[in-house]
Amino acid sequence: MSRSVEVSIVVNGRRTSHSVDPRTLLVHYLRDRERLTGTHVGFDTSNCGACTVMVDGETVKSCTILAVQADGCEVTTVEGLSGPFDGRSAVQEGFRQCHGLQCGYCTPGMLMAATGLIEESGGEISDEEIREGLEGNLCRCTGYEMIVRSVRWAIDNAPS
Amino acid sequence: MSLVGAKVLRKEDPRLLSGTGRFVDDLAPAGCAFAEFVMSSEAHARIVSIDVRRALAVEGVLAVYTAEDFAEFPDVPGGLPDLERPTLARNVVRFVGEPVAIVVAEDRYAAADGVQALEIEYEPLPVVATIGDATATDAALLHPAHGSNVATVVPMLEDLERELDRCDGRAHLHIVNQRCVAVPIEPMSCVADWGVDGLTVWATVQAPHHLRNYLANWLDIPQVDCRVIAPDVGGGFGSKIVWYPELFLAPVVSKRLRRPVKFTQTRSEAMLQMAPGRDQEHDIDIGFDNDGRIRALRLVVTQNVGAYPDPTGLGLAVLTTWMAAGAYRIPEVQTSYRTVMTNTTPVAAYRGAGRPEAAFSIERIVDVVARRTGLDPAEVRRRNFIPPTAFPYETHNEAVVYDSADFPELLRECQRLMNYDAVRAEQEARRGDLSKPLLGIGLSCWLEIAGFGPNGSLEGFGHLASWESAQVRVQPDGSAVIFAGSSPHGQGHETVFAQIASDELGISFDRIQVRTGDTATVLQGIGTMGSRGVPTGGSAVKVASQRVLARAKKIAAHLLEASEHDLEVVDDAFNVRGSPGKKVGWADVAWASFQPLSIPPELQAGSLEERLFQESPNFSYPSGAYGCVVEIDRETGRVTIRDMVIIDDCGTVINPLLAEGQVHGGVAQGIAQALFEQMVYDPATGQPSTANLMDYLVPSAADLPDFVAGRVDTPCPNNPLGAKGIGESGAVGAPAAVINAVVDALAEFGVEHVDMPATPERVWSLMQGGSS
Repeated sequence: MSRSVEVSIVVNGRRTSHSVDPRTLLVHYLRDRERLTGTHVGFDTSNCGACTVMVDGETVKSCTILAVQADGCEVTTVEGLSGPFDGRSAVQEGFRQCHGLQCGYCTPGMLMAATGLIEESGGEISDEEIREGLEGNLCRCTGYEMIVRSVRWAIDNAPS
Repeated sequence: MSLVGAKVLRKEDPRLLSGTGRFVDDLAPAGCAFAEFVMSSEAHARIVSIDVRRALAVEGVLAVYTAEDFAEFPDVPGGLPDLERPTLARNVVRFVGEPVAIVVAEDRYAAADGVQALEIEYEPLPVVATIGDATATDAALLHPAHGSNVATVVPMLEDLERELDRCDGRAHLHIVNQRCVAVPIEPMSCVADWGVDGLTVWATVQAPHHLRNYLANWLDIPQVDCRVIAPDVGGGFGSKIVWYPELFLAPVVSKRLRRPVKFTQTRSEAMLQMAPGRDQEHDIDIGFDNDGRIRALRLVVTQNVGAYPDPTGLGLAVLTTWMAAGAYRIPEVQTSYRTVMTNTTPVAAYRGAGRPEAAFSIERIVDVVARRTGLDPAEVRRRNFIPPTAFPYETHNEAVVYDSADFPELLRECQRLMNYDAVRAEQEARRGDLSKPLLGIGLSCWLEIAGFGPNGSLEGFGHLASWESAQVRVQPDGSAVIFAGSSPHGQGHETVFAQIASDELGISFDRIQVRTGDTATVLQGIGTMGSRGVPTGGSAVKVASQRVLARAKKIAAHLLEASEHDLEVVDDAFNVRGSPGKKVGWADVAWASFQPLSIPPELQAGSLEERLFQESPNFSYPSGAYGCVVEIDRETGRVTIRDMVIIDDCGTVINPLLAEGQVHGGVAQGIAQALFEQMVYDPATGQPSTANLMDYLVPSAADLPDFVAGRVDTPCPNNPLGAKGIGESGAVGAPAAVINAVVDALAEFGVEHVDMPATPERVWSLMQGGSS
């Protein structure tokens, strides 16, 4: 492709680089080029947050930025989460313990948003603030209360 | 310990939490091309010309197809004569978003470029976007050959005018149950790969065998050459039972291009193409005496089915009229319905499918009876409830015999948990205090029809049958695999069915796997809809497991030289009662079951397998009492839910954690219908004005309250589990609770009804004396 550009992104701690069409969205770089399909696309209007990833420590909706904008950045996707709960992080385990997911489609984005929210707040956060903090991520299955409980579980059980 | 009834964590979760779930768009078979529809920009128009040349010239575009390229194939199956939906629009487009052409390209970006480049010239036709316009005497016709925009009519036997007039009082409401969109977070997606070994279609659907049955027929190929797989499915809520054109066209395109082809909707496409639900108008009349007793009820339903009647869309109003009388003993009930076509997206099932509409109208008008008689809404309900002793209860429709319920207990528990009397006192104290928000209390004592179903019930919607299948197979090591015909989309079948099987087989939960959603491996199946997963599919698992255990006991008894009647199975082993230590492990029994020399002569090798088609003698009828307390801002009309109490009766509960999750999700959608969501079309042009999620308000965590949940269990007598189903309950019961609370809060303004969604604008204008 004559108009392609070289993009290099550290994804989950591993250096990746691909020659991409400049208009390629970060989410498609991750899904189509890196075959990291845990990051989902729910809406093309950036409403749902299923595509949420961390870019240099900030939560970002990966369907709203171009891969070239993440050039040189460190990206963490759901596949990069890990922890002491049978390999799962406290947030992942919280969702399992509290039934914070049903179909699982919004879940990767929800996990990333919750991880970012807990890091940002240092865990000092009310249920109300959890709800406000996750309002960029839509879930159609759970009605959210169990997601709030899941995040609370993660805060209460975070490894010290 | 019994696992049925226990809060067991889900088998599905480790993969879904680690990003290793597999949804259709995650699949990328080698050489996969990407296809995208060119959608109609017009609600009703003649297609004058389609110019594909510029689209074909776009770099990466492989092919462009229009209707004439599929002329040898039939229309989308399941339609009514003269009203069939074409897979691609032929000559005329009838709703905005209707697929007109397909662009296939190397990737999704090139496909989008091709779609942009394709040129279609339209000649406008008169648009009928509303029920009113479609049924006007001089209305333009969507399907001139049909002669009317009314697709079907079921009239009423008598109009009940005399009975209504004879009552002390009568009331009428005109209720608009607005069009809502299911919005599963995963939009439609399918991949078709038609190679020399046959066709495989991966599709995000709720009923893969149902699709296989119709697709093979449509393509005129044997079913054995047509494999449909529903992998992880990202929500459905009814919208993924529908026959969308890409499910039929993708295989043809794959065959022609000799490579796999993928369709994946963007959300903007999904909002226009995935079937919405509801969209009924009701005229409901009720006759009552001064003591609050209801004597007569008449419900007239008009269903907007959109541009092409979908088999499910046509059936929604049937369920509405069946459930018209709700939880009440009403001596005279009459119903009628008609289905009307408009220049809008075809309507089909959305969580509850016809039953939320019934529950909403009866629960709304019972509140009107309370208002007119001066009785408390709870008291009016109590005076009219079908008593717990009256079940099975025959209703106004012979197809509908309620199985079991305890409405007084549900309401009592609901009132207790919402501190009903205290909130009423608070409301009274607050009246006239302009410094505080308005306070309203709403009740909804609902029931619905579920557990589809009895023989004949799903056939009417085009399904092969109404049973559900399970195949239980014990492996040589004593682990077990269950092939379940009910294919899930978030309900947790892998967990719940393993709980049921573990209890019956005595095989530990971790040694049971549940397989679903693949027509090549799963015997046969009907699908997951109508709250039938546990009552019908789960019962199949239970009975099949029991039969396998009975044969396993014969083998164990043979090995132990004991009587099979003395055996009990605990912790993966068969123990002889009263003889401690005399036992044989499940693994040994399973191993022996495949060895002709090790089994009793009446059995054959491989007997620890059972395939079962579970039929139901009747439906199940989940019920509940929901209570809602709202506050309304006097300045803005904004409604805030302060308390939401939900008491459910779903019969036997398999997993309380998952059951609560189902109710929460349904209640969230019910609240969303009551307060936020509506698919709106410009009545003049048929252009949707809520075609994306900037305008169509799907609630976030910040928009919804916590729920207080409780349960009353009356087992269903119509299936071996005693389960009624729980998937749709919340969406059925919640809207009336919320709106009754809103109307209650607005009582001082003389408001008797508010149509959904009760937006700030709508509520505010009612407070100014406007109409709803």
